[in-house]
Amino acid sequence: MDKQVATLAEAVARIPDGARVMIGGFGGSGAPIELIHALIDCGARELTVVNNNAGNGHVGLAALIEQKRVRKLICSFPRSADPRVFTEMYLAGEIELELVPQGTLAERIRAGGAGIPAFYTPTSYGTELAKGKPTAEFDGKPYVQERWLKADYALIKAELGDAMGNLSYRMAARNFNPLMATAATHTIAQVSRVVPLGGIDPELVVTPGIFVNTVVEVAEPAHEEALNRAEAVYP
Amino acid sequence: MSKLTMEQLAEIKLSNAQIAWRAAQDIEDGAYVNLGIGFPEMVAKFQPEGREAIFHTENGVLGFGEAPAAGEEDWDLINAGKKAITLKPGSAFFHHADSFAMVRGGHLDVAILGAYQVAENGDLANWSTGRGGVPAVGGAMDLVHGAKRVAVLTDHVTKKGDPKLVASCTMPLTGVGCVTRIYTSLAVVDVEAGRFVLREKLPAISMEDLQALTGAELTTNGPVCDLIAPDL
Repeated sequence: MDKQVATLAEAVARIPDGARVMIGGFGGSGAPIELIHALIDCGARELTVVNNNAGNGHVGLAALIEQKRVRKLICSFPRSADPRVFTEMYLAGEIELELVPQGTLAERIRAGGAGIPAFYTPTSYGTELAKGKPTAEFDGKPYVQERWLKADYALIKAELGDAMGNLSYRMAARNFNPLMATAATHTIAQVSRVVPLGGIDPELVVTPGIFVNTVVEVAEPAHEEALNRAEAVYP
Repeated sequence: MSKLTMEQLAEIKLSNAQIAWRAAQDIEDGAYVNLGIGFPEMVAKFQPEGREAIFHTENGVLGFGEAPAAGEEDWDLINAGKKAITLKPGSAFFHHADSFAMVRGGHLDVAILGAYQVAENGDLANWSTGRGGVPAVGGAMDLVHGAKRVAVLTDHVTKKGDPKLVASCTMPLTGVGCVTRIYTSLAVVDVEAGRFVLREKLPAISMEDLQALTGAELTTNGPVCDLIAPDL
């Protein structure tokens, strides 16, 4: 078994127009910048994107939005140091937004990966984000029903990966990446280093390879924060 | 109406640092604490000598420390406000579902947030002014559920002098009946059984003036202590 492909272009080549794509990361940490840029190059349009944020500056997710490839964004916090790309398109009615509380977003993705179609959470009860959703009382407290969230593709970033797709992460760059790996039909991981089988201690594997379909090595990946400080623009 | 002018109020009220200092005095040694982005983050600076809280951030770190020196940042090591942080011995990383299990699952001792409005039944409005623009909620609606204590730091009134402690919130809610204590620029107020209960107030403000600056009845239940914070 070898899930590794040689190039970023090959990794994202089959993502079609209209796909729902989860993209890992929280702000710039854990964001698979090179995979996102490869997705821009491959030309897919009308995408529904799931991410915690809405991009920052003119690289990564912000660039994907700026190139008008995203029809709808599902996120918790569409603000950043430089949110102009999303803000202008949203206010012009050119992109749809589904706003989801951060913990509910995480749990919906977890549920999607775990085969749980719906769950109840106290989060958002009595607020405008609960409008239209079923509620129920358990042990005297009110809860809101939320549905699972799944995707056609997940683009994630890890630190180490092997040919079977086992992954480990780097510090707070873990965030949504392991959850999204479980919730997509096809998960593509960019890793900073491919190691031989056994190169990640089985005790320290965070994402087991069963959740990963494609691995591509991107040594010394770019960081959104560094790119923005250099005022980079993609493409 | 309060007899105080906004200028007189500005002279006696606590600064944000002093409000944060007061909130820090209530955090026990070893408590697990989440501090909201912005103003509440200042609480970490004022932990009393001999006490050490363990700070949680939504993006998957427990036990982080101060910001690194400029130029020493590692952008894979940030907090929920996307600012660079450092690690303390005993820290841990985890994914977002575990992070919010800590939040909703009742594992945090204290969550400290900012506020636009707090109602006397504990309703909190702190995520949207309801005036349009791009809505953004982040983790606020999760953080108000599950922590053993949900505390709010806020100026007692808005910049225009309107009460932020109100009978019922007019802005979009973050959570229903969730706030347990409010640290303001003038007072410390608990929410108990649907009422504001005054615990401490600045010695420089009268009960009448404080009540006039509050949008619902300030009840008492036991002594009202002087609220005294050091110059910071």
